[in-house]
Amino acid sequence: MAIVLALVLVVVGSIVFHMLSPWWWTPIASNWSYIDHTLVITFWITGVVFAAVVLFMAYCVYRFRHKEGAKAAYEPESKRLETWLTVVTAVGVAAMLAPGLYVWGQFVTVPKDATEVEVVAQQWQWNYRLPGEDGRLGKTDNRLVSFENPLGIDPDDPAGQDDVVLEAADLHLPIGKPVKMMLRSIDVLHDFYVPEFRAKMDMVPGMVTYFWFTPTKTGTFEVLCAELCGVGHGFMRGYVMIDTEENYPSWLEEQPTFAELSAPRQVGSAETVEPEGAGAQ
Amino acid sequence: MVDVTPQSDGTVPPAEVPDVELYHPRSWWTTYVFSQDAKVIAIQYSGTAIAIGLVALVLSWLMRLQLGFPGTFDFITPEAYYQFITMHGMIMVIYLLTALFLGGFGNYLIPLMVGARDMVFPYVNMLSYWIYLVAVLVLVVSFFAPGGPTGAGWTLYPPQAILGGTPGGQSWGIILMLVSLILFIIGFTMGGLNYVVTVLQGRARGMTLMRMPLTIWGIFTATVMALLAFPALFVACVMMLFDRVLGTSFFMPALVEMGEQLSYGGGSPILFQHLFWFFGHPEVYIVALPAFGIVSDLISTHARKNIFGYRMMVWAIVIIGALSFVVWAHHMYVSGMHPWFGFFFATTTLIIAVPTAIKVYNWVLTLWRGDIHLTLPMLFALAFIVTFVNGGLTGLFLGNVVVDVPLSDTMFVVAHFHMVMGVAPIMVIFGAIYHWYPKITGKMLNEAMGQFHFWITFLGAYAIFFPMHYVGLVGVPRRYPEIGEPAFMTAPVDNLNAFITIAALVVGFAQMVFLFNLFWSLRFGRDAGGNPWRATTLEWQTPTTPPPHGNWGDKLPVVYRWAYDYSVPGAPEDFIAQNDPRPQHSAAHPDPSAARPA
Repeated sequence: MAIVLALVLVVVGSIVFHMLSPWWWTPIASNWSYIDHTLVITFWITGVVFAAVVLFMAYCVYRFRHKEGAKAAYEPESKRLETWLTVVTAVGVAAMLAPGLYVWGQFVTVPKDATEVEVVAQQWQWNYRLPGEDGRLGKTDNRLVSFENPLGIDPDDPAGQDDVVLEAADLHLPIGKPVKMMLRSIDVLHDFYVPEFRAKMDMVPGMVTYFWFTPTKTGTFEVLCAELCGVGHGFMRGYVMIDTEENYPSWLEEQPTFAELSAPRQVGSAETVEPEGAGAQ
Repeated sequence: MVDVTPQSDGTVPPAEVPDVELYHPRSWWTTYVFSQDAKVIAIQYSGTAIAIGLVALVLSWLMRLQLGFPGTFDFITPEAYYQFITMHGMIMVIYLLTALFLGGFGNYLIPLMVGARDMVFPYVNMLSYWIYLVAVLVLVVSFFAPGGPTGAGWTLYPPQAILGGTPGGQSWGIILMLVSLILFIIGFTMGGLNYVVTVLQGRARGMTLMRMPLTIWGIFTATVMALLAFPALFVACVMMLFDRVLGTSFFMPALVEMGEQLSYGGGSPILFQHLFWFFGHPEVYIVALPAFGIVSDLISTHARKNIFGYRMMVWAIVIIGALSFVVWAHHMYVSGMHPWFGFFFATTTLIIAVPTAIKVYNWVLTLWRGDIHLTLPMLFALAFIVTFVNGGLTGLFLGNVVVDVPLSDTMFVVAHFHMVMGVAPIMVIFGAIYHWYPKITGKMLNEAMGQFHFWITFLGAYAIFFPMHYVGLVGVPRRYPEIGEPAFMTAPVDNLNAFITIAALVVGFAQMVFLFNLFWSLRFGRDAGGNPWRATTLEWQTPTTPPPHGNWGDKLPVVYRWAYDYSVPGAPEDFIAQNDPRPQHSAAHPDPSAARPA
């Protein structure tokens, strides 16, 4: 009998915990409220199923527990009941999958007017690169990474000269403008994760991954690494500031470009990289 | 296999295949150590798996101590923390769960439940265990190697797994890990081929496929899957070993480590992830399917009722097994693979929920109008259903690609997979041990200690992993030794983490009672007799208990019915053994397997 109580307690306890829990997802600061809606739908459907199955089980144990002289029914199968349950389950699953795939369709379709912003991860810090006045990011290659050129920007690509380089600094973005986060790593896997934005994606050395979002709230948001990247993983944090449209340009103006950063050392670095760079062109 | 039905005079035609001569041990060494008896090998496998599992249990305490009380324990550095979680995960998934279900239960139950004298290749079966033992020892050695064991996470993702920023990456840890996995897979393949061939070729007369107990169906399907899935891990391990030792670049692109250009170039880290999860997802079901099978038999036996929808249950096992090979990339939604894969893998993943749900319904419907004996195996079976339903439902969050994006790599994932492939299968393992211990030893396990063990384990494990989902919902990433109090949290999680840690310590200590019970009952347990649960399946019908080498004495059993003739109307008792030659007692409810030619 204790088990019947325990089963009921598990259901009631879980629901009460869920209702009273102060631990909940952080308020959203991006356009992905659809993701939150899908999550809520999933909570409802799965919550109802969990309660129904466990409570039904508790009832069975209570009602059909062994009594002296009792005998179980002999009932190998029931085509009708099994078909019916299969159909109901399939409908419930479809009710979760359909909105999920619809929102995924949006998630993977980057709007044409999205600004490209590059995040470059390394053990264990965040670097960023913004396109300069030409609106384009210059070519990069991990083979070009050096002390003077921490992001591996190709010095021979004119598009890269005006790129704004933020080494181990915080990123600022203007509110309300869709951004395509271009993600690179120069060493191991990392994952750019800002809980308020909901979106995240791994950063893989040797390729450029991406996701897009539109910031909807100004403020300071913590960046965490969400893919194990070595002993410093838990401490690989940074900040993204979402600025108003008025404040953003004044911040941007103060940031150095690749040309400015590499100018005094241009000669030295050009000598070492030129053979490879020239061969690639 | 020919369907054997009793002739009009109630006799069965004699077997046409003569008995195969078994290798009979002649000394203590070949009886108990280098034994070719599947039952001895099963106990060796189980003992080794539980022993290394205890190491993983202690590791989980250490990591929980860090998470519950960060900064209190100086010896738990980030390096040590990553080594703990890595070894905990790898040991639990591979060296405990896989080895215990297939090497342990598979070896013990397959020959007995299908009515064979032993596995078909006893010598290879023996080798399988010894290679497994070497794999475990290599793993243990890595704890004492310079630099310690690997801390790459149990997924061993390159490039970090073989670089200096990860514990063991540039020392012995990762090498020993990969060598141990390679050995494990070689050993497993020897055992696995045995299990499959024994089920296909070694069954007793009359044991048609559709009369097999679901335990055998679960173990059989899981073994077939493992034979197909482990090679992917095998090649991944070999390739990574080459990357690490020989300087090849299978998984290594051009990269810069701590300001230094490395000589790697052109490899793909995502290739490793595909290989790993092509193994890794089926692996979940390699653990789950034997649990599904075993729990079906526990529920049926202890509810004195046939399993509801037997044929549907068999097909669900087979369909889940097949589908589990086309869902692997749901572990990689945010890995950077082409995002369009998300549509395909989300769809296949949610489809797999349907056969899985059918299994849950059928377990619960077996209880309906049953005669439920609340024995320890039944209690653990009920606990399995609760935890499995809970863990399965959270799988619908993570399988649905867009919902996975915010939750992936958070503690929600950790809570989910522990509930569904940690707690739930382990509930079945406990239930199964309470169920079959009497057959293995001839003694009953102590009931009072068992009750104590059950209540702490069931409620405690739920108290550990249910709240952990909310730590993930808050946004805490997994594999963080310390989260602090970042501004995004709606509430600090330190109290919750401390609570979870205390629950984990309590549950861990309760397992000591269980282990004590295993030894105590061996000597002081009540005598069990041959069939204490009055079960139908063949292992309970052996002439002696514990069954000797060769299992059946002079005559192999002949099977006349399916495994679930419980509470048949008109029968004198509430069960009819599978080898009971009496004709069917009720024409109104024919045995579903007998109605169709096999």
